[in-house]
Amino acid sequence: MSTIPVESPFKRFAEDFFSSPTAVIAGFGVLVIACLAIFAGPISPQNPYDLAEINIMDGSLPPGSVGFDGFYYLLGTDEQGRDMLSAMIYGLRISLSVSLIAVGSAVFIGMSLGMLAAWAGGRIESLIMRAVDIQLSFPTLLVALLLLAILGKGVDKVIIALVLVQWAYFARTVRAAALVEIRKDYVMAARCLALHPMRILFGHVMPNCLPPIIVIATVQVANAIAIEASLSFLGVGVPITEPSLGLLISNGFGYLLSGRYWISFYPGVMLLVTLVCINVVGDHIREILNPRTKK
Amino acid sequence: MLAYLIRRLGQSFLVMAVMATIVFFGLYMVGNPIDLLINPEDDLAAQEEAIRRLGLDQPVYIQFLQFLKGVATGNLGVSFVHNTPALELILSRLPATLELAFFAMLFAVLIGIPLGMFAGLYPKSPGSRIIMGGSIIGFSTPNFWQGLMLIMLFAVFWRVLPSGGRGETTELFGVPVSFLTLDGLKHLILPALNLAIFKISLVIRLSRAGTAEVSLQDYVKYARARGLSEKRVVGVHILKNILIPVVTVLGLELGNVIAFAVVTETVFAWPGIGKLLIDSIGLLDRPVVVAYMMLTVFMFVMINFFVDMAYSMLDPRIRIKAGKA
Repeated sequence: MSTIPVESPFKRFAEDFFSSPTAVIAGFGVLVIACLAIFAGPISPQNPYDLAEINIMDGSLPPGSVGFDGFYYLLGTDEQGRDMLSAMIYGLRISLSVSLIAVGSAVFIGMSLGMLAAWAGGRIESLIMRAVDIQLSFPTLLVALLLLAILGKGVDKVIIALVLVQWAYFARTVRAAALVEIRKDYVMAARCLALHPMRILFGHVMPNCLPPIIVIATVQVANAIAIEASLSFLGVGVPITEPSLGLLISNGFGYLLSGRYWISFYPGVMLLVTLVCINVVGDHIREILNPRTKK
Repeated sequence: MLAYLIRRLGQSFLVMAVMATIVFFGLYMVGNPIDLLINPEDDLAAQEEAIRRLGLDQPVYIQFLQFLKGVATGNLGVSFVHNTPALELILSRLPATLELAFFAMLFAVLIGIPLGMFAGLYPKSPGSRIIMGGSIIGFSTPNFWQGLMLIMLFAVFWRVLPSGGRGETTELFGVPVSFLTLDGLKHLILPALNLAIFKISLVIRLSRAGTAEVSLQDYVKYARARGLSEKRVVGVHILKNILIPVVTVLGLELGNVIAFAVVTETVFAWPGIGKLLIDSIGLLDRPVVVAYMMLTVFMFVMINFFVDMAYSMLDPRIRIKAGKA
């Protein structure tokens, strides 16, 4: 007697994902970027924020120059003689960690409020959903900018601003998914067992709302990186002591007009590659998880 | 309908009131404008005189009440730095931003629709792939970096266009505009293009999807069967029918253009309201920041109000549902 082989959902997902070469390349890119950010210390040629390692004599060298003491600068140096490649890797780490923390918190808050809205209904639901509507009717960049004008500079404040502009997307999506799930039999069964509502929501309903959330979260990470970079460029984002990619680009802006393009060009390329990779992977995951576009 | 209108109007008013409160109290805690704006080398009497003149000696709640009174009467305080009424200052910078926004929209339509239609008509051609790849990059790159790259190419390497400023302006119906002089036009191209890139990508996607859908319709097949020239089929039968979604989305994007103008104006030193906002944040010029916020919130609340009203007029289900809730 033969049994029908059962494909696990994860295996099916992996097979679908590897069917597209573009997505595989982009996924590999995301992996490389993540590794660069995590192992920034050992990977980068110098520690750009250790004053003992940088040499002011090597300031503003073009890409490919050899420095005063024989150090090879692949992507050139900035005004203070900092190796651009190292500064970019450290900047990438700050950009990524800020946006990951922000999106993680936004997912948690948005999911909790979305499920609460779906579960409670009535006034609580309309209050939460009105807040979502109002939030989404303003452009994210403008809201974040105005929030930071009030809060002031700082990594923590950028994260707060990002969470505040992103939670609404997750709340709206989760509520829609949870409304469907809550009517299903397994939730009814859990209710009959007199489980605590928190346990039903987080243990039973939440895992079934995850697929759309994963897609939105991927795209929102890219958005968060872009918003953070724009805010830092405008001078209301991260402080000068923790330069993200956006701040590096902003610092290079002043030298651009005198032809020293590499100080803002290469951090921008890294930002672009990061965003394109994440967006392509996000697009592909959406296609796989959406039953309508499935072949 | 009237009940819905009143309810919706009340909600808009509530949003304005909440924003006003948050904005005022939030900004009150940022920093002390006294330190920034008053010359520390002045004698004590002059310093106190300046504090009194700026109204900073009053308790917070009195400042807040005066602020609320000001909001209601359209008087949003006097700029600490420029010493002119904040609202007047913003309104004087508004034409520059509107001119930029208008040309960005124009570029989006003039560049986006032809490219998108081409990609929709010939989806397999290499040109279409380049267009679609470009639109992904246009979506993904942050606006400010695109601006820097435009400056790098056109102003630094090729030296054909200026890197910033507004250039020579002429008066048109009493409003200064750039686009009527050659110098002003040169200054306008790069910032308008920068602001337009995102919209161009959006319009490309919309018009490609629209073209792909419309070209399969019977009336297009019929037009071809009648022996009409390809130019007429594409330029009349297809174009007219893809315009509806494009115009709707671009209309809704108008607010976003004003928001992103902040970035573009900062990159190109374009003297509009966005640059004014960023400068004022840096200088802690509280009345101008507050006035900008109140004006933008008001603008968005009004846009949303009118969009909702238009929808409810077109679709009775919305007002019935809202009436019950």
